[in-house]
Amino acid sequence: MSHLSLRGLTKAYGKMVIVDHINLTLNEGEFVSLLGPSGCGKTTTLRMIAGFIEPTDGTVEMGGKVISMPGSVMPPERRQMSMIFQSYAIWPNMTVAENVGFGLKLRKLPAAEVQRRIAEILEVVQMGHLAGRYPAELSGGQQQRVALARAIVVKPAVLLLDEPLSNLDANLREEMRFEIRRLHNEFRITTVYVTHDQAEAMATSDRIAVMHAGRIEQVDAPHLLYTRPKTRFVAGFIGRTNLLEAKLEAGEIGFDGVAFQAGQVDASLNGANRSVLLSVRPQSIGLHRTQPAGATGRPVVPGTVTQRVFLGETWDYLIQPRGSGIKLRVTAPPLQVHEVGEAVWLEFDPRQMALVE
Amino acid sequence: MPDTAASLPEPVGEARGTDRLGLLGRLRHVEPVALVWLLLIVALLFLVVAPLAKLFAVSFETQGTGEFTLSNYVTAYGRARYVDALVNSLTLGLASAALSVALAVPMAWAVSRTDMPGKGLTWGVVMGAFVMPPYLGAVGWMLLAGPNSGAANRFWRWATGAEGPLFNIFSFEGLALVIALHSFPLVFIFVKAALDLISSEMEDAANILGAGTWTAMRKVSLPLVWPAILGAFVVVFLETIALFGTPALIGIPARINVVTTQLWQFFEYPVRVEVAAAYAMPLLLITVGMIVAQKLLLARKGFVSQTGKGGERRPIKLGPWRWLLFAWCALVGLLSVVMPLGILVQASFAKAWGRGISLDNFTLRNYQHLIFEHEMALTSIWNTIWFSASAATMAVLIALLVAYIVQRRLVPFGDALGFLAMAPFVIPGIVMAIGFYAAYASPPLALYGTAAIIIFAFTARFLPIAYANSAAAVRTVHPEMEEAARILGSGRLHAIVHVTAPLLKKALLGGWLIVFIVATRELSAAIFLVGPRTRTMSVLLYDLSEAGNFEVLAAFGGLLLLITLVLVGIGMKLVGRDFMLRRN
Ligand SMILES: Nc1ncnc2c1ncn2[C@@H]1O[C@H](COP(=O)(O)OP(=O)(O)OP(=O)(O)O)[C@@H](O)[C@H]1O
Ligand SMILES: [Mg+2]
Repeated sequence: MSHLSLRGLTKAYGKMVIVDHINLTLNEGEFVSLLGPSGCGKTTTLRMIAGFIEPTDGTVEMGGKVISMPGSVMPPERRQMSMIFQSYAIWPNMTVAENVGFGLKLRKLPAAEVQRRIAEILEVVQMGHLAGRYPAELSGGQQQRVALARAIVVKPAVLLLDEPLSNLDANLREEMRFEIRRLHNEFRITTVYVTHDQAEAMATSDRIAVMHAGRIEQVDAPHLLYTRPKTRFVAGFIGRTNLLEAKLEAGEIGFDGVAFQAGQVDASLNGANRSVLLSVRPQSIGLHRTQPAGATGRPVVPGTVTQRVFLGETWDYLIQPRGSGIKLRVTAPPLQVHEVGEAVWLEFDPRQMALVE
Repeated sequence: MPDTAASLPEPVGEARGTDRLGLLGRLRHVEPVALVWLLLIVALLFLVVAPLAKLFAVSFETQGTGEFTLSNYVTAYGRARYVDALVNSLTLGLASAALSVALAVPMAWAVSRTDMPGKGLTWGVVMGAFVMPPYLGAVGWMLLAGPNSGAANRFWRWATGAEGPLFNIFSFEGLALVIALHSFPLVFIFVKAALDLISSEMEDAANILGAGTWTAMRKVSLPLVWPAILGAFVVVFLETIALFGTPALIGIPARINVVTTQLWQFFEYPVRVEVAAAYAMPLLLITVGMIVAQKLLLARKGFVSQTGKGGERRPIKLGPWRWLLFAWCALVGLLSVVMPLGILVQASFAKAWGRGISLDNFTLRNYQHLIFEHEMALTSIWNTIWFSASAATMAVLIALLVAYIVQRRLVPFGDALGFLAMAPFVIPGIVMAIGFYAAYASPPLALYGTAAIIIFAFTARFLPIAYANSAAAVRTVHPEMEEAARILGSGRLHAIVHVTAPLLKKALLGGWLIVFIVATRELSAAIFLVGPRTRTMSVLLYDLSEAGNFEVLAAFGGLLLLITLVLVGIGMKLVGRDFMLRRN
């Protein structure tokens, strides 16, 4: 069942359109990330969902009912949502327990129930022993846990997170990523998670909505975003890729001496002859010292190494196919060493390519 | 999960279709903030705009009939004596400002950049001079350096056998010195704050190129704080030309007429408020003009190069010179605080202050007289306290609401509110008082002689202090703090009360105390507005000085000082040692 949906949601300040007619539907219990570069409108979208910003067009609906539309916005306090802010917004004048209990008290629960639930949630986020501390006496990670506990203890209908990990150091960030996902597995709260870090989005989300300049370019599960990017922006933003101009002609796709059946890339691809844009991931290209046998449907071309960088986990080669102007990025394991200028063979796998717009 | 969430009201689909409800639907969404905004506009119009507008209008009116006329301006500038007063004010402003800079800059440099001993003591001196009501210093100096009976002059004659006095306080130089001895803390605070931002590396860079300590100071450090010095100079200048107490106490006996004392004379019976209004215009124009000019000047880049993040800071080693600087700080402390206060306290316990300190000269009679016999002394103390407390409460409340609305951008044109709240900053207190007199003293409001008019005038006068304080405080509370409460189910008002207000508490208390303290010693705005039963301590002190009984005057000064010290002590205890010296 759709739980939260944004329909044509738009925000403009004057002539500047910050969020541009986005559509997104979350199922009950789903974890969806808004992923995009800085300034693309993620926070604005999230704050429209929360009710802090009034949209200039479109609606936000929850459980089938409109809660935001131009001219009429249900105030945040009535939305049964929770939000975790980039600054954590832990109230420094209250102890950990008071922070966590704030929302429960507003719900007029009996005192004993409030205490029980505070204790329970603090155990879940491993903060039980620090209940009486003030925020100033906590580390960044601990404050983050308090923010998490405060948000989920009220069992919100929707949980919103705005770059909650961006103020933490790298190790802690990785730890908290899994913590957030663990809590989601435990409580199954419908969640919208804003981030500009793709690893974070991938580690936590059921689906990722990639935003660019106020629009959602694609919404898909993490592995599909990687293997089947639909737009040039998504292909470049999620992982690294080679974007190649190719021709679709008589059911075949071809570029610079390479040709293969279009159906291998996308079974539904049809008809008219035209130019297309192909995304070819660097690690989907086989790199060989001698000409490989070449399985059926796997085109092979010779080339020359023009540049290389060793990155630790992989070699990163730049290779120019023979008689071609393009240069392809190809990765190879650390033990596969080629010198610059060496002649090599490239083996393509059309099933791992994607046509993008 | 959602099962337990059911204790919150169900989200309803009310939003859909409200656009069809038209006006009714819209009205339901009018936030209470709109109402608050309206109230604030009314309050600011009443406190700031109306008195100024009235002042301006009245300056063109004929007394009694209200017909348009230019004759007030003719009267105000028609006599050489009146024009001379204006010239005297300006000269006095320049002299006091220059003296303040000369007194304070070496002190600021010594405390901020060098290894001079006794920095804590220097801070104490600055703090002491800063919190002391200016006219108390003036009274102290009248006792010290009156030409015939002044203690310092008598000592001088006794020690040297000379005929004339060492120094006559009832002179232009005396007046300028007394004002500077009270104003130099402003310069100190400005310049020290600027010097604190310069990293030692700036000086090192000069040293490595061959500049010695003094050259580095002259060529690098001082030029970098030039804007601060200039700013402080302007502030002291403006304070001086708007000052009433000291010129009245010292200037009038010395026959030195300045703008403020001349304005006071226009208020002597029969009151000529129209002429006073016309005569006050240059004071207002000069103040507005200089503050605007200063803003424009400092807005230009290049002056702000001291924003560097501090870098490493080492005190400069001065060797024996540091004792010279220390002596300077000690001398300033002696002149500004120790000597005037010392003689004041001595006189307050003396039967005849001229007889010096001896047991048979000691009496508690002066205090006894004030506390048990004087008809106005206790009333004036009580008046001062509750006027100031009311004004401080109103100013902080208005300032807080305006600051909140402006910074959270809750209403369009919120900045206009902020502008109005800051506007009294450029209005000299005495001009403000005349504006209040013109606008509210006579019917329809007929507030003359009431407590209300004084409280309103104090509120308006100190609104900028409260506003600067509140704005800084609100700025420190991240909006997300409140939003975090709202998304958990708390309404805007509930969030403000339970989250924002507790976070602001301390800063607001500090702001309240500062307004309260400066209001307790405000003289220029009060003296034009008090009636027979609404005299404040500062006004009564001035009355006593006119009566010429110096022992009682000193005792009353002693009471005032005691109250100030208690208040400042409370402030330091609650808010922090430097709470009055913080710059926003
Ligand atoms: N009140 C406003 N008025 C005008 N422009 C605004 C306003 N708020 C945001 N913007 C602009 O909208 C754009 C998107 O802002 P938003 O905060 O949604 O970006 P974001 O995707 O969250 O970026 P980041 O990753 O940096 O947080 C930015 O270019 C910002 O300058
Ligand atoms: Mg953001």
